Amino acid sequence: MAYPYVSDREVRILSKNFGDPTARRVDEYVQRGGYQALRKAFEMGPAAVIDEVKASGLRGRGGAGFPAGVKWSFMPKEPTKPHYLLCNADESEPGTFKDRELIRWDPHQLIEGVLIAAYAIRAKHAYIYIRGEFFEPSQVLAKALEDAYAKGFVGKDILGSGNDIDITIHPGGGAYICGEETALMNSLEGRRGQPRVKPPFPAAVGVFGMPSTVNNVETLSAVPHIVNHGGEWYRQWGTEKSPGTKLFCVSGHVAKPGNYELPLGFPLMDLIDDVCGGVRDGKALKAVIPGGSSVPILTAAECATCAMDYEGVAAAGSMLGCASVIVMDETTDIVSQVRRMVQFYEHESCGQCTPCREGTAWMTKVLKRIEDGHGREEDLQTLLDMSRHMTGTTICVLSDSAAAPVVSSINKFRDEYLAYIRRGESVGAA
Amino acid sequence: MADTPATVTLTIDGKEVTVPKGTTILQAAKSVGVDIPHYCYHPGLSSPAMCRLCLVEVEGVPKPLPSCVTQVAPGQVVKTQSPMALDARQGVLEFYALNHPLDCPICDMSGECFFQDYIHAEGREHGRSVEPKRVFGRDDFGGDVLFYGDRCVMCTRCVRFMNEIEQDPRLTVVQRGNRSIIDTFFDYGLEGTHWHGNIVDLCPVGALVSKDFLYKARAWDLKHTPSICPNCSQGCNIELHTRDNLVQRVKPRENLEVNGWWICDYGRLNYEWINHGDRLEAPLVREGGAAKAMGWKEALRAFLERAAESGKPVKAVASPFASNEDLGALAALVEELGGGEIVYRSTMADEEIPLKGYPGLARRKELAPNSKGAELVGAHRVGGNDGSGGLEAVASHDGIVLVLGDVLADQQGDFGSKASLYAYFGVRASPATQAAHFVLPVTTFAEQEGTFTNFGGRVQRFWPALEPPGAARPAWLVLGAMVAERRGSTPARSAAESFQLLAERVPAFAGLTYDELGTRGAVVLETVPLSGD
Repeated sequence: MAYPYVSDREVRILSKNFGDPTARRVDEYVQRGGYQALRKAFEMGPAAVIDEVKASGLRGRGGAGFPAGVKWSFMPKEPTKPHYLLCNADESEPGTFKDRELIRWDPHQLIEGVLIAAYAIRAKHAYIYIRGEFFEPSQVLAKALEDAYAKGFVGKDILGSGNDIDITIHPGGGAYICGEETALMNSLEGRRGQPRVKPPFPAAVGVFGMPSTVNNVETLSAVPHIVNHGGEWYRQWGTEKSPGTKLFCVSGHVAKPGNYELPLGFPLMDLIDDVCGGVRDGKALKAVIPGGSSVPILTAAECATCAMDYEGVAAAGSMLGCASVIVMDETTDIVSQVRRMVQFYEHESCGQCTPCREGTAWMTKVLKRIEDGHGREEDLQTLLDMSRHMTGTTICVLSDSAAAPVVSSINKFRDEYLAYIRRGESVGAA
Repeated sequence: MADTPATVTLTIDGKEVTVPKGTTILQAAKSVGVDIPHYCYHPGLSSPAMCRLCLVEVEGVPKPLPSCVTQVAPGQVVKTQSPMALDARQGVLEFYALNHPLDCPICDMSGECFFQDYIHAEGREHGRSVEPKRVFGRDDFGGDVLFYGDRCVMCTRCVRFMNEIEQDPRLTVVQRGNRSIIDTFFDYGLEGTHWHGNIVDLCPVGALVSKDFLYKARAWDLKHTPSICPNCSQGCNIELHTRDNLVQRVKPRENLEVNGWWICDYGRLNYEWINHGDRLEAPLVREGGAAKAMGWKEALRAFLERAAESGKPVKAVASPFASNEDLGALAALVEELGGGEIVYRSTMADEEIPLKGYPGLARRKELAPNSKGAELVGAHRVGGNDGSGGLEAVASHDGIVLVLGDVLADQQGDFGSKASLYAYFGVRASPATQAAHFVLPVTTFAEQEGTFTNFGGRVQRFWPALEPPGAARPAWLVLGAMVAERRGSTPARSAAESFQLLAERVPAFAGLTYDELGTRGAVVLETVPLSGD
C-alpha cells in the first residue's frame, strides 16, 4: 500500500520507508545501509555513542521531551547489576499514530536503534513493550526480530564484536497507563499496571529492581541516523533547543490527515493549511489540540503564531507532547469533545490515587449532566476546583492530563458551556 | 541544632525537629505531635503513597508532596497547615466523600472512623456532588470479616497486610480506576488464615468489619483497658473493650518488642470465657458437711484455725492463668504452712502459628499466659497436653491441699476428700470442689491488676477491666492476708506491693518495680531466648 498523503515540505528521515512494503525485509534494509550504525556504534564505544546523541540534542519523543543522551548518562557507568533498556511501544495517547507506522514500515530501524541504545547504556537485554491492540505491527516486528536474530544482528556476539544483546517483544494487555514508564515496568514484571512512586527513578531502581532506561519508539528510531551521520548533521533541522525532525500525527477536520515528518519549529498553520490541505470542506478553524489529548486546547487565534517545537507550543499555552495534532473546525462541539476525552481518562485511570480515581469519574458525570441539559452555572467552578485538586497531587500525571482540557476549555470556550447550561443546546447546533 | 551525618534537622509548622536520616516527613511530624491525616500509610506496612491524604507543603516545591514517602532533608521547611496544604487535602477529602454512603448510624466504625475524623477536621462543610453514588454492596470475605465496598477508601492496607505480613495473599484489587474494589480470589476467602482479624483493625473506615462484633456495641460506649492476651504464652499486648461489665471485643495494643500492631485470630476471638456467669461470689466454709457462706473476715479466721491444726506437708495446684503476684503469694503460703510441692497444668496446642512477616510473633503452643511465672515461683508442670490428668497424688493427699485457679474439670468428687485441709481459691465450683473445706472466690485477670511473664521472660502488666462478682477478691490479696496473719507482718494492700514482696522472694524478679514495667513491660531473664518455646 502506498502511503496516503505525503508533502514536499516533509524531511523524511525516519519515515522515508513509509508506504514501501519491501523495506521491512532484512535483506532490503541491509542493502539500503541498515545496521551500519550498529557496527559504527560498536567501534565508537558506549561513552562516545552517548556523547554523540547528547550532541544531537535529540529529545524524548514520548511526550516529555527530556534529552535522550542525558537520560542515558544517568545509568551507572560500571554495571554492578544487569541493566535493561525498555522501548515504549505502548502508543495509546488519543490522536497519536506515529509509533505504529514506524514499527509497521521500518521495524529494523527500531531494532537497530534499540541495539545501539542498549549498547550505550550497557544493557544486555532490551524489551520492546508493544501495545496489545497492535496485532499487525507486533507480527511485523516479531518477524523482523526473528530475521535479525538469524542474521546475527541480535543475540550473542553481534557482528563478531563480542557484544551480547537480546531483545524480547512483550505485548501489553491494552491499558493506556502502561505507557507511563513505571507502570510499564510493573506490567512487564507481571504486576498490576500502576505507576510507581518516584524516587527511586528508573535509572537507579527500574524493571526487576535493576537500573533501567525507557525510550519511545520514535526516539530510538532516530538513533541509527544520528550515529551514522553525527549529532551536528541532525541539528541542521529544527531549532536550537528542539533539534531534528518529528513525526506529526494530524487528525480531525483537515483535508489530508496523516503522519508528516517535519523539522521541529514548523509553523502550526503551515502544517494545517499547507501540508494537510487546510480545514476540511473549507470550514473555519475553531481549536487545535497540539500534543495529544492530555494537553490544553489552543484556540484558532492562539494557533496563528504557534511554532511546533517544545518551546513554541509552551509559549502558546499548551504542550508539544507527542505532537499529535487534533484539528477541530467550527462545527465542533467543544463540551462534547472534552467530555469524551475525560471519559477516556476515567476509563483508563489505574485507580491508585484518590484524586484521579474519584476525580475523573466525577468530572465525567458533571460533564455528561451539562451535555444532557441539566448543568448549573456553579458546576463550572466545581469543575475548575476539582481540576486544581487533580493537578500535581498524584503519583503520575494521568489526572493532570484529564484536568488540562477541562480547564483550558472552560477558560477559552466558556460560552459553549453556558449555552448548554442556559439553553440546553450546543453553540454550533442548527 | 547541628546535623550529624546520621541526623537531619528541619522545621515542621514552625517547630525545629532533628530526626534520623531517611525519616519521612510524616514520621518526623508525628514525633513533635503534628498529626498529618493519612489512610494508606501504616507504620507496619509498605507505603504506596496512593491515598494522597498526607499532602503537605514543602517550601520551594511548587506542588504538595506526600509526606508518607517524602524523606526529610536538611533545612526543609514543612507546612502542614498552609493554604496550599489545606486546599490539597480538602480536595482529596471531597473526592473521598463523593461515593461514601454516609451510613454512620448503622456503621460499626462510627465513632472511631478516620473518615469522620478527617472530614470534621479538614473537610468541606457541604458536599457539592449532586451525581448518583457508585454502589458496590457487601461481600463476605470469609473468616471473621465482612466487607462493605461502598465505605472503602481503597487504601489497600488489607491487601498489603495479607501480602506482606501474613504472607498469604488472599485479597487483591480487582478492576481499574473508579470501578476498582478489594476482592478475594474466587471462592478462596480468608477462611483458614490465622491473622486476618488484623485487617479489620487496619481498615481506617468501616469497610472491613468483624462479624463477631457486628452491631454489638457503639465505639463511644466502650471502655478501653490495657491488658495482656491470656490465650497463649506470647503475651501480646491488647486492649479489652468492655461495656455492661462484659468484654465486647479484643484489640491489639502496639508493642514493637512483643507483637507489633498485630494479634492472632485465636487470641482475638477467644474471650467469651472471661464473661462466664456462673461465678463463685462469696467465701464458702464447710462445717460438718454443709457449706456455709461467710464474710471474708470469718472465713479467714476459720482457715487460720484449721491450718494451725494441719501440720502435714502441702500439695498445691496452681494455674498458669494466675498472675505473678497470685503465684508468689501462693508460694509464700505453701512455705508458711510448712513447705511442699506446687504443680500446674496447661494445654499445649499441636503447633505454633507464626506470623511470617513479623519475626518473633506467633500463637505459641502453650495456651496459657503465665506458665513461665509459675515456673519462676517453683511450680512444675504435670498432666497431659490437653491440660488434664497428673493430679493423682494431690487428689489423695492426706495433708494440706491448696488449689489456685485450676477448675479441676477432669477431677472427681472425691478430690481432696482425704486432706486435712483443702482450700480452693477459684472462680467457679466443680464436682472436685465438693470436698473442699474452703471455697474462696477469686478474680480473673480481667478483674484485677497484675503481671504475666511471657514465654521469653518478659514481665508485663495488665489492668482491671471488669468489676469482680460479689465478694470475689484477687488471689494475692486473699493469700497475702493469710500469710501476713500467720507471720504477724503487714499484708500487701496493692498489686504493686504484692509484686514487691514477690521481687524480694524470687530472685528472677529482683529489682523490678511496677513503675519500671509501665505499659511496655520488661524482661526478667535476659538469658531466656526470645524466639521459640
